[in-house]
Amino acid sequence: MTRKTVKVDVLARVEGEGALKVVLRDGKVESAELNIFEPPRFFEAFLRGRHFAETPDIVARICGICPIAYQMSSTHALENLLGVKVEGPLRELRRLLYCGEWIESHVLHIYMLHAPDFLGYDGGVQMARDHGEAVKRGLQLKKVGNEILQLLGGREIHPISVRVGGFFRTPRKRELAPLKEKLKWAREAALETARWVATFEFPEHERDYTFVTLRHPSEYPLNEGRIVSNRGLDISPAEYDAHFEEMHVSHSTALHSHMRNGGGAYLTGPLARYNMAFEQLSLLAKETAREIGLGESCRNPYRSIMVRAIETVYACDEALRVIENYEEPDRPFVPVEPRAGVGYAATEAPRGMLYHRYRIDDAGTILDAQIVPPTSQNQACLEEDLIDFIGGFHDLPHKELQYRCEQTVRNYDPCISCATHFLKLEIERS
Amino acid sequence: MKKRRVVVIGVGNLERGDDAAGRQVARRLREAGGSDAAIFDLDGEATSILSALEMAEAAFLVDACVSGGPAGAVHRYDLAEGLPAAAHFNLSSHGFGLAEAIGLAKALGQLPRHSVAYAIEGECFEVGAPLSDAVCHAINEVAARLAEEICALEKRA
Repeated sequence: MTRKTVKVDVLARVEGEGALKVVLRDGKVESAELNIFEPPRFFEAFLRGRHFAETPDIVARICGICPIAYQMSSTHALENLLGVKVEGPLRELRRLLYCGEWIESHVLHIYMLHAPDFLGYDGGVQMARDHGEAVKRGLQLKKVGNEILQLLGGREIHPISVRVGGFFRTPRKRELAPLKEKLKWAREAALETARWVATFEFPEHERDYTFVTLRHPSEYPLNEGRIVSNRGLDISPAEYDAHFEEMHVSHSTALHSHMRNGGGAYLTGPLARYNMAFEQLSLLAKETAREIGLGESCRNPYRSIMVRAIETVYACDEALRVIENYEEPDRPFVPVEPRAGVGYAATEAPRGMLYHRYRIDDAGTILDAQIVPPTSQNQACLEEDLIDFIGGFHDLPHKELQYRCEQTVRNYDPCISCATHFLKLEIERS
Repeated sequence: MKKRRVVVIGVGNLERGDDAAGRQVARRLREAGGSDAAIFDLDGEATSILSALEMAEAAFLVDACVSGGPAGAVHRYDLAEGLPAAAHFNLSSHGFGLAEAIGLAKALGQLPRHSVAYAIEGECFEVGAPLSDAVCHAINEVAARLAEEICALEKRA
């Protein structure tokens, strides 16, 4: 029996703070635990007793990278509760805002967090010394996403314009016009990004994942739809709790999600969306996927960086479509009146599906809230990837094995801050 | 686009006690006026800092830090010589803040030759906490020192 121990105190380039422990025995991974030790943040608890209208501003604070996702899932859930449907230009503006977040979040992960893994650098700063032009392109591309958030959301981080029923203020047509030229450049830069990441070398590892994503009859999963899987699940967001459960595991302050009735771990996020809804990507995104050799399905999580690049092309395309067709709405929001009830919604954050449920009373006071972020949902699946894949790397020298573990975690672009923040890594070979 | 002569970038979180120090310095300078410097107060996200550095000929960056020194202690670093302990600035939970922005700007050749970072030692970073007295004093001191440095640079131009 061989025994080796690899210990890494800090795994960088993930959002938030946690640790990872991998135990290898005779070349096989015996256990892998994503140990999130960051204190729980109690957002669900301190929403209780607040007025429902405060929700979008409170939940935006859960994450500095994906605040729009939290605002969108919360507003949709509350509108579901209040019997309000936001359509027309207001719905389109929400899609535009969400596209901005997809662009800035995906591009940050592709260029600054994940690409260094494939090119052999400790981080984005070191990579920038040798790949300056690529990094400049990434930064400029991210900036376009941020500018969408700035314009529609009032500021880039934790935007303030979103409200239940719509927006506090909607832009004039002429305000959106300057974004159009920037997005045309961004779309070209996203194409270059896809071609760039396609040149990376990818470990050939695949798994037969249970993919869970939103499905909309005519749109790539983003802000609305039924919850579906590649195993036949097809439910409304109101049925989420009947099919999924959150469990506490001793090594993590973030809850683990599983499918009920033995359905086990599942994967949500870019890979799930891509596999389940390839045909709903824009024509250019589909053409680009074929050009870079991605095909219509992809079960190799290391190639998720390519999928993020394709989704970035899509987000630019979709943002341009919204701007080109934009008609100013008559009013910035649909009026809403409180009534007692329960509301449910899920939307697609850059990292995956984000489920919200709220119960309020007649006065509009929140009695109960449930928020299930994508990283909580993916945690069990991520641990299974480590168990399946890392054994194949067991002969690698210590430092390279550690690097493979980190890369495998980063396939998920985990946002530990959302799930409960910083990752420490410990590998034990025995 | 005309080059901005001097850029001041104060970063931090206004809602977390002493973490607001850099932004408060930027605000003091803006309120005081008297210079052509472009003044930014930012939350500390690296790409925003890089954008603010675009076109700058000289840059002053101000942030709170934790290096074990007494609260309100002021450190001044010539960035041509580097930051002695980048981690001291890393109060962002996302691990991609001021130190990374400076590193990236340097790697990309976008850090002005004259670049200075001021770091103010903080003691309390709790959500909703006020600035500590020691950091309030330090904010005034750094704002005054920066005003003098900017004035000297502008006279030299």
